[in-house]
Amino acid sequence: MKIKTLLLGAIASTAMAPMAMAERGSDGNVSIIYWQAPSILNPFLSGGTKDVEASSLVIEPLARYDQDGNMVPFLASEIPTVENGGVSEDLTSITWKIAPGITWSDGTPFTSADVKFTADYCMDPDGGCAQVTKFEGVTAVEAVDDLTVKVTFDKPTPFPYGPFVGGESPIIQAAQFADCTGAKAPECTDQNFNPIGTGPFVVTEFKPNDVITFQANDNYRDPAKPAFASVTFKGGGDATAAGRAVMETGEFDYAWNLQLAPEVIAQMQEGGKGTPVAGFGPLVERIMLNQTNPSPDLPEGERSTAAHPHPFLQDPAVYKAMSMAIDRPLLVEIGYGQAGKVTCNWVPAPAAFNSTSMTCDTQDIEGAKKMLDDAGIVDTDGDGVREKDGVPLKVVYQTSTNAVRQDFQALIKEWWSQIGIESELRNINASVFFGGDPGSPDTFQKFYADVEMYANTFNGTDPQSYLGNGLCDKAPRPDSQWQGENISRFCNEEFDKLHAQLAETAGLEQRAAIATQLNDIIVQNGGMIPLVHRGRLSAHANTLGGVVLNVWDSELWNIADWYRKTGS
Amino acid sequence: MLNFTIRRLILAVPTLLFISLVIFLLLELAPGDPMAQVPLTVPPEVKEKMREALGLGQPMHIRFWKWIVQFFWIEPQVLIDAMFGTTFSEGDLRVISWQTRSPVMDIVVQRIPQTLWVVGTAYVVAILIALPIGIYSAYRQYSWFDQMGTFVSMIGFSVPPFFSGVLVIVIFSVQLGWFPSIYDTTLVVNSWDSFVLQLKQMIMPVMVLALQITAQLSRFMRASMLDNLNQDYVRTARAKGLSEYVVVMVHVLRNSMIPVVTVIALGIPAIFGGAIITEQVFKVNGIGQLLIGAIQANDLPMVQTLTFIFAVLIVLFNLIADVLYGILDPRIRYD
Amino acid sequence: MTDHNHSDTLIPDEGLAPASTALPTADVLEELATPPRSQWRDVWDQFKTHKGAMLGAVLFIFIVAAVYLGPFLWTIDPTQIDIRSRNQGPSFAHPFGTDQLGRDIMARMMSGGQTSVSVGITAMLLALFLGSFIGVVAGFFRRLDGPLMRLTDLFLALPLLPLLLVMMLLFREPLSAAFGLERGIFILIVCAIGITSWMPTARIVRGDVLAIKEREFVLAARSIGTSNSQIITRHILPNVLSPIMVSATLGIATAIITESALSFLGLGFPPDFPTWGRLLFDGVDYLQQYPERVFWPGLAISLTVLSVNYLGDGLRDALDPRIRGR
Repeated sequence: MKIKTLLLGAIASTAMAPMAMAERGSDGNVSIIYWQAPSILNPFLSGGTKDVEASSLVIEPLARYDQDGNMVPFLASEIPTVENGGVSEDLTSITWKIAPGITWSDGTPFTSADVKFTADYCMDPDGGCAQVTKFEGVTAVEAVDDLTVKVTFDKPTPFPYGPFVGGESPIIQAAQFADCTGAKAPECTDQNFNPIGTGPFVVTEFKPNDVITFQANDNYRDPAKPAFASVTFKGGGDATAAGRAVMETGEFDYAWNLQLAPEVIAQMQEGGKGTPVAGFGPLVERIMLNQTNPSPDLPEGERSTAAHPHPFLQDPAVYKAMSMAIDRPLLVEIGYGQAGKVTCNWVPAPAAFNSTSMTCDTQDIEGAKKMLDDAGIVDTDGDGVREKDGVPLKVVYQTSTNAVRQDFQALIKEWWSQIGIESELRNINASVFFGGDPGSPDTFQKFYADVEMYANTFNGTDPQSYLGNGLCDKAPRPDSQWQGENISRFCNEEFDKLHAQLAETAGLEQRAAIATQLNDIIVQNGGMIPLVHRGRLSAHANTLGGVVLNVWDSELWNIADWYRKTGS
Repeated sequence: MLNFTIRRLILAVPTLLFISLVIFLLLELAPGDPMAQVPLTVPPEVKEKMREALGLGQPMHIRFWKWIVQFFWIEPQVLIDAMFGTTFSEGDLRVISWQTRSPVMDIVVQRIPQTLWVVGTAYVVAILIALPIGIYSAYRQYSWFDQMGTFVSMIGFSVPPFFSGVLVIVIFSVQLGWFPSIYDTTLVVNSWDSFVLQLKQMIMPVMVLALQITAQLSRFMRASMLDNLNQDYVRTARAKGLSEYVVVMVHVLRNSMIPVVTVIALGIPAIFGGAIITEQVFKVNGIGQLLIGAIQANDLPMVQTLTFIFAVLIVLFNLIADVLYGILDPRIRYD
Repeated sequence: MTDHNHSDTLIPDEGLAPASTALPTADVLEELATPPRSQWRDVWDQFKTHKGAMLGAVLFIFIVAAVYLGPFLWTIDPTQIDIRSRNQGPSFAHPFGTDQLGRDIMARMMSGGQTSVSVGITAMLLALFLGSFIGVVAGFFRRLDGPLMRLTDLFLALPLLPLLLVMMLLFREPLSAAFGLERGIFILIVCAIGITSWMPTARIVRGDVLAIKEREFVLAARSIGTSNSQIITRHILPNVLSPIMVSATLGIATAIITESALSFLGLGFPPDFPTWGRLLFDGVDYLQQYPERVFWPGLAISLTVLSVNYLGDGLRDALDPRIRGR
């Protein structure tokens, strides 16, 4: 309820925005703090959220997602669909019309050649482009005329909005990056630090991993925007300090992604200088259940592989009891507050894809115990830990280092011990845990533990490739250098077949129906235990108007509409 | 002494090369991945491509050789070019950071002023406070001044900066609103007002850092003075009728300086290395913050270059300390 | 103090003639019949008169007793979660209050203290031993000075975090397998801290040894044919004791804080294993709402360091024959 009010408030203030904004640059400076510092302003070379969002002030895609996940044209004149003829009937091509009259910040016109160049730049095999998945299946990008671009795919593509849509796929200027393609991409420091763009601001100074200063783009398409003459974009530190700087000391106007305990946020809010805002994308904090045996007694190369199934985690009674023992509302209250919701689903958003077939908002310790008893998994040797076929239910429970996650670990360990499952906790430095170093035993892909907890999400609004993370052949294995997204090594024929069907289905309703089935299969067959649907919580100063928190695109997507509230 | 210095300087070259090799091997062996901070939504195949684009696919010895060439051959050329406007280094590939894809040395040069301002000032302040405290505490051992000094410096040393830093921020920024909680690295000092701003934003980090350094230095100073105050030569000097000031400040102080010189010599490379936690807490984006960020992002060229620069400073200042020993106590001979 | 002259017979470097040169009187004979006062007895006598040292000793024993014996009196399990009574202030049920999961802070302080005190002291002793040994050897034997000091330079230059990561990677599993999980991690942490913090002590000790070995009394000892090892233990070591003692006090604080940094990075004990450093770190976020949460661990660390400092002061005075005479 609270979130809704906040969001409504934010929308209401945007509605009033045009009145407040008279002319470009009239509102002085706006300062933004990200506790992760941007290191480059070229999202194709980094992929880090901080870099994508910082660059979104300067470079823009043809269309963005708005706060509800709907596409809105930015540089395009409209969103191509089958109905308006922009998408071909056989779903193999999409034709974008560029809005006329748009110029780059250096004054030169923005044309379809720039769009085509961007595609070539990212699809160059030697460039190491981080966003190349956006261009998956693209066979050709043609500049039909100066303001028309046609993208052709190798097969019917029900969702053709990968390239040039959203903050991860902006357009860069062909003239500026012409000498920076392929292997030379990383050497173009000047271009990567100061890209020429069509956005509301241009870079004046970029200090990598520290601070960026921007000033208003004189050639921005709307002569009345942006209201701010300059932007200071500071990076580094920690979320607590960022929140404090906005809500307590008022030194900054906007703080990004405040992953803090709800009580800490509440305390900061009492400072009276800023307001937290929350929005929900598809980010889910979950416990992955290892379907394979991670025992250190197995030889290296067979540990955590399909060769040895897990001794007890594949038993429905075990994973269902483990899920029932968890008090999700309490987890939300302690860890995320208004930035979290209870969920039983792997894909909780967009709303059409959120399965409603399961409930899990009440803890049921007794039910869990009974379920284990009925399955014959009982404590035979009186040590308080149940055994299945002689194997005690002891799990190693790992996650990355993070205050909230360690609290969750402690709580869940306690609940599981009440139903006779003992857990050994481990926390691992995030840069090792999420790093793909095949030599390290501690990566989340290698999964040398029975259960592990982390959060994952997907970009945009279509979960097809995200649902592909449950496919049998995507499991990390020694012969794939332990790379692969199917972390729990889930393997289900029905799931694989249904996913293939999803890839051929068009139409939102049918796709959503299949996607929710896929979601249910993986959760009900013990691939994972979803815990919390996590939102993004950011904070803005009370004097800053026009902020609309957007979790589907860059948070700074509408910075051109931000303004300083007068009289406050 | 000159011979000794020259010999040590020559010996420093193979030492440093060896140190750089050990650092390189250590970083290779350490678990971690430069792609760790790329979101999970980027699939592993793409990450593999990105790693290749960074040159990670090449064998280890080639990468080490490349770094040696870039650091010892190309970077000096860049420096000469920058000083004299020549073009020796044109077209050569410099040491490139994996995070920013830009030359490491450019970023280091950008960061050094912040670190020198804050950490350097803290060191100077600490030395100026610690030496008199140490001397007087020893001279009046177990006086109330000494007891207070001991108490304060021990508390100061046992409270880590991740706590004391936040504490002063809460008191002075949040409650009192006197100083900014976030250091502005874009501030250009060109007028009295901007100088005052600079002072204001420096006070808290300098305070937190100086407390730690003062505690450490004053303890060593005091202990060393105490050792010397009871020596026979002090009795002799007093017996000769030298004034108390000369006895303490000339004879005893000079002989007590050896451990203090060692501690200061160990500390000066740390000034350039920055104070990692303090810089993080106050958002002073200096060298320490750069190093920890690079380590977390597994930006190996950056970590390698930074640690190597520290190694050079460590070797250099330890040599200076050795030379100073000889000056302070002429009986110490190395040849 | 009282029997100063008798004790001198056992300390050759004070230069007094041995008692045997004089004819034993009945008085002395009688005294010889009782066992002679040992040097350590004198050290203890001197130590007892040092008020700060006694205070430090009492405080230190109190802290150790509180953390090791306390749990027998205060039997709440430090990991027991009572979610209904979270974030409580001090009360009879929870004298130090409870944390954000309703765990009793007093129990956590005790159990955390066991880890912190034992890690702090063991790691400090290891670093002190390594540092003093390398410092003395490098300062005393000119031939070893170069290599050992270059080794010190190398260790000073190595980046700490990657070094620790490599150590954990290589040794965690073998040590856990050999000694069990907690003891294995304990050994690993103590070694990690010890191995990465001996260098300043080594440099400081070496600097002092360089100066002391040129002093007259060392030359004198050498001229009467005293062996190197005896010169080191009897003449050099007692004279470099004060910097070593200072290093010890500073070292224990560093070790306790480093341990918390390690567990925070996920390189140390499991996350539900409290230590003082970790309690302090976790409390920082709640500094404004619940200041007592940082107060207790901060106070405990400071008191431990302070007590060790006074202990070291007293010990140094007691071991210094020149001061002991006064």
